[in-house]
Amino acid sequence: MKRTGIFIESKAGVIKSANYGVIACAQKYSAKYNEEIYAFIIDEHSGQFSKNIVDNEKIKQGFSKNIIDNERIKQELGNRGIKYVIEVCIDPDHHENHKQHENIFNPVVWSDALIQAVIKYKISTLFALSTHIGKELLPRVAAQLDAPLIMDCLNVSKGDDVNRRDDDAGNEFDLAETFLYSGKTIATVKVTGNIRMFGIRPNVIEPCLQAQNYESEDSKAKIFPIVETFIAKTEQQKNIKLIETKTEDSSSGEHLLSADVIISGGRAMKNGENFKLLQDCADSIADLGAATAVGASRVAVDLGWVPYSMQVGQTGEKVSPKVYIACGISGSIQHFAGMKTSKMIIAINESPNAAIMSNCDYFVEADLFKILPELIKELKNTKRLRSYQ
Amino acid sequence: MKIFVCIKSVPDTAATIKLSGESSFEDSDCKFVINPYDEYGIEEAVTLVEKNGGEVVVITAGRASADGALRSAMAIGANRAIHVKTEEQFLDSSFTAKVLKAAIERDGMPDIIFTGKNSVDTEGFQTPYRLAAELGFPVVNEISKLKINGDKAVAEREIGGGDREVLEISLPAVIGVTKGLNEPRYPKFPDIMKAKKKPVNLITISDLGIDELFSKSRLVKLESAPERSGAKMIQGSVEAQVKELIRILKEDEKVL
Repeated sequence: MKRTGIFIESKAGVIKSANYGVIACAQKYSAKYNEEIYAFIIDEHSGQFSKNIVDNEKIKQGFSKNIIDNERIKQELGNRGIKYVIEVCIDPDHHENHKQHENIFNPVVWSDALIQAVIKYKISTLFALSTHIGKELLPRVAAQLDAPLIMDCLNVSKGDDVNRRDDDAGNEFDLAETFLYSGKTIATVKVTGNIRMFGIRPNVIEPCLQAQNYESEDSKAKIFPIVETFIAKTEQQKNIKLIETKTEDSSSGEHLLSADVIISGGRAMKNGENFKLLQDCADSIADLGAATAVGASRVAVDLGWVPYSMQVGQTGEKVSPKVYIACGISGSIQHFAGMKTSKMIIAINESPNAAIMSNCDYFVEADLFKILPELIKELKNTKRLRSYQ
Repeated sequence: MKIFVCIKSVPDTAATIKLSGESSFEDSDCKFVINPYDEYGIEEAVTLVEKNGGEVVVITAGRASADGALRSAMAIGANRAIHVKTEEQFLDSSFTAKVLKAAIERDGMPDIIFTGKNSVDTEGFQTPYRLAAELGFPVVNEISKLKINGDKAVAEREIGGGDREVLEISLPAVIGVTKGLNEPRYPKFPDIMKAKKKPVNLITISDLGIDELFSKSRLVKLESAPERSGAKMIQGSVEAQVKELIRILKEDEKVL
C-alpha cells in the first residue's frame, strides 16, 4: 500500500493554518486509491529535553513531556481527518554539547531526520509547504533521496492511467501545477519516481474542514490520531556549523502568510513614516476580526522605507490572502507574481493608467492620503457601533 | 583558487512569454539575460580571484541561446566558460545537477562553486542542493555576506521573518547567493569586446555520458495564467469611495 506523507509546520506548539490547504491537497490526492496519510511533525524544542538526560528511562520521560507539548497539534490533525501522526524527534545525543540555538530549525539536521522518517514509513509522496522552512528543507531531502521535487505548487493530482505513455509503463505518475516565468504562465509538470515531493504554495488550496461536532467531548476522543514517536539518529554536522542567529527587524513575513487581509504600500507612500498609516488601517481591520498584515512593494523596500521581510512579490513573499489592498503600487509583473492568487485585489491609486488597473477587481481612483485616514475613521466607527450592540 | 559559477540564461522577468505548442514558448524574439541572482556569484568570484589569484569558470547547461549569458559573465570578469548544450527548453533540476557535476569533475575540482539562490524563470529552488549532493559538498543558500578564511567560509543568510544566521562552512562547498552580497559591476565596452574572444568549451550531454530523457519531472503543458479583467471603478467623493470599500470588505469577502 502506497503512503502519502505530509510535513506539518508548527510554531511553539501551534499548527500554522496554511497546513490545512496542504492536508486538503493530500487528502484529495490519496483518496483516489484510498492511500493512508501520515503527518510528520518535528518538534523544534525536542532538543531541550536532552539537557540533564542521561539514561534511557529519562529520555522516555523527556519525550513524554514533548508529546504533551504537542497535544494541541495532534488533536487538531485528528480533527482534520489525519489518522497517523509521526513525531520525529532529533536524537537527544545530537544536542549534547550544543548551544541553545542548535534547537531551532536546523535544515541539515531536520532534513536528515525527515529522510530517515520517509524511508522508515515507506512514504511514496511527500507534501509540505513552500515557505522559508520548506524551501530550505525539501530540496535537501529531495537531493539526498534523488527524488523529484516541484516547489510552489498550485495543485497536485494523480495522473490518469489512460494518459500513460509507453515509457511510463508500470510507473505511476503525478501532475503538479505551478507558475513559471514570473506568474505569467501555468505549467503542468509530470512527475515520476518511487518517491515524489511537492511544496505547496501557502493558502492557494481551500483548507480541509474540521470534523463536524468537534466541539463535543466524545468525538474528540474518537478522532484523536494514532501517534508514534520516531527517534532520528542524526549525525553531528562537521561541514556546516551554526555560529549565531540575529534578529534584525521585528516585523515578520510569517504575518503575511497567515493574514486574511494584506494592505501594501508602494512608491506613492513617499516615505517609511507614512507606512504607519497602513499599520493603523491594518490594526483597525484586525480590530474587527480579520488577521491583517502590512506589506510593501520592492520599490518601498529598495528605498529603505521598510524591511525586506515585508516585501510582497516574486522576490519577496508570495501571498494569497482573501483581500489584497494595493496602495500606490503601479503593479509590475514581479509584484503580481507575488499576489495574483489573492481572492480579491483592490487597488487605491491616483492614476487609472497604472498597470495594476488591468489586473485587479476594484480600482479606487483617489489620493491614498485622503482615502486611508477616512477608511481608518470609518473602520473605527464600525467597531464602536458594534460594541454598542 | 579555482571558482566555478553556475549560471542560467533566463527570459527577462518583464518579457512577454509567447506560447508555442503544448509545452513551450517562442524563444527567438524573447529577451534573455543572466539569471539576476547569478550575477552576485560572478561578481563575488571575480573579486575573490582578483584578490587571491586563480581563475573563474562560468558554466551553464542550456540551449544555444545561452551563449549570450556566458559572454556577459565573461565581460564581468570570468576567465572562461563551459557550455553544456541541451535541446529541451525546460530542464529537470536533477538532470541539470548531474550535468553540472559531470562537467565540473571533468574540468577539475574547484575550491568554491557559486550559484544564484534560485532561477527567476522556473523557480525550482533546488539546483544548488542537488549539485552539492552529487558532489558530496556542503551547501548553504541565500547568502548575502561572505568571508573566506583559508579552507573555511563564514556566511550570513536571511532565514525569514527578518532573522539572520551566521554559518561556518568547510570548503569546497556550494554557495547560493542573493542580493546584498555585492554590487555586480557594469562591464565596460573593452570588457565586452574581450569577452567575445574568451574561450567557451562547448560540450554535449552525450560527451558526459548522460541521457536527457531520463528526467523524473517533465513539462507536459504550458498555458497562460488567468488574468483578472474589467476592474470595477470606485469613484466619487472620498466619503462615498470609503463607504463602498467598507461594503465590499463586509459583503463580498466578509472580512469585516
